[in-house]
Amino acid sequence: MPQVSMTVNGRPIKADVEGRTLLVQLLREKLGLTGTHVGCDTSQCGACVVHVDGKSAKSCTLLAAQLDGANITTIEGLAGADGKLHPMQEAFRDNHGLQCGFCTPGMVMSAVDLAKTNPNASEHEIREWLEGNICRCTGYHNIVKSIQAGAAAMQAAK
Amino acid sequence: MYDFAYHKASSVADAAAKAKGNDDAKFMAGGQTLIPTLKQRLARPSDVIDLAAIADLKSIAAGGGAVTLGAMATHASVAASADVKKAIPALAALAEGIGDPQVRNRGTVGGSVANNDPAADYPAAVLGLGATIHTDQRQIAADDFFLSVFTTALNPGELITRISFPVPEKAAYVKFPSPASRYAMIGVFVAKTAKGARVVVTGAGNGVIRIKSMEAALDKAWSAASLDGIAVSASACNGDIHGSSEYRAHLISVMAKRAVAAAG
Ligand SMILES: Cc1cc2nc3c(=O)[nH]c(=O)nc-3n(C[C@H](O)[C@H](O)[C@H](O)COP(=O)(O)OP(=O)(O)OC[C@H]3O[C@@H](n4cnc5c(N)ncnc54)[C@H](O)[C@@H]3O)c2cc1C
Ligand code: FES
Ligand code: FES
Repeated sequence: MPQVSMTVNGRPIKADVEGRTLLVQLLREKLGLTGTHVGCDTSQCGACVVHVDGKSAKSCTLLAAQLDGANITTIEGLAGADGKLHPMQEAFRDNHGLQCGFCTPGMVMSAVDLAKTNPNASEHEIREWLEGNICRCTGYHNIVKSIQAGAAAMQAAK
Repeated sequence: MYDFAYHKASSVADAAAKAKGNDDAKFMAGGQTLIPTLKQRLARPSDVIDLAAIADLKSIAAGGGAVTLGAMATHASVAASADVKKAIPALAALAEGIGDPQVRNRGTVGGSVANNDPAADYPAAVLGLGATIHTDQRQIAADDFFLSVFTTALNPGELITRISFPVPEKAAYVKFPSPASRYAMIGVFVAKTAKGARVVVTGAGNGVIRIKSMEAALDKAWSAASLDGIAVSASACNGDIHGSSEYRAHLISVMAKRAVAAAG
């Protein structure tokens, strides 16, 4: 059994995993970080998106063993130690960017990556970026509004 | 998912040594096709050999009339590369149109080409530009590489190290994506190269194909109008729930004209 060491939300962890253990299984089942969701088995829905070394990736389509030494951030790692929400989380709340909330952790993680890569993304670019994040509730309008507001707030906070 | 033994290769030679004599071993690039396949239990490798730690497979270089992509260059890195955008903009645009941002962050050119999905994008550029596939054993011309659905000229245990794309005079790729997966319903790559025009279709069903009648017409005169009246037979195309073979055949003509117009 491979042993992996990685940093998850700033905390170093070590775990014994099987070759086939997915990152999302390690996060949810071993580390108890159940904010990262699983919404499909075809790598298409994006509910499982986390950051691997700062870039968004689908944790259902990565092996834990691949990520030995990596720096992982999940939705639980976005808020400050004092519980203050990340500007993107705040923006989703302010703009009613969620209904049932199932897709939201992946949406927010994907949105934070976009805001870092392309801080002034147009509405069209935001919609293109969400290709891999499916929401069955909102119709996306308020998600797009949330991301515009969140990206602006992230810029302002710099 | 069935279990397997996971290995990290430290170099090309190490990866080849780990695969040698073991037909049940599989290389893994970004895992963006392999992991979904394993999750569906459509494959049962005994060993998975991860290539991610081999730094020299990630390079992207332009020069000497070609763009050379290391097998482990991700779609996102190709799409963002200033060198690729300058030398072969159609190649950067193709990479930008694959799947979604998360797939592009992990998926690689080597994995896409080795996999040879009949609706994948990269094989269209490889064949459309007459690229050369370099492996740890030899060089393979694009025209000899793609054999049929999910089948290539690679031997068991043979590793793609890099792919070198000659810079064309002009080129463009236009795809009609499946709205659900982003894979090509039909994608057409056209290029005006030193050795003549090339027109390559992906998504028709059996892997990438060249449309020689269109190439001949473009060799006479490079313009979308040259393709007027050149139909592709529906028997060359698959029909499925996404579209009939007649529909796909029609799309080929439409996408080919759009691609020539886009190439300018
Ligand atoms: C949701 C989703 C949407 C997608 N949409 C598209 C799309 O629109 N268009 C498109 O073209 N593709 C699409 N893909 C596929 C994507 O482009 C993958 O990156 C690609 O198919 C290969 O993945 P990979 O590089 O991670 O290779 P892996 O999955 O790691 O490997 C794929 C295969 O290639 C072999 N292999 C890998 N590297 C090498 C090498 N260097 N030498 C020899 N063999 C090797 C492996 O053994 C395996 O059999 C999509 C995938 C997903 C999950
Ligand atoms: S769970 Fe659906 S993409 Fe990962
Ligand atoms: S809020 Fe319910 S799936 Fe997006």
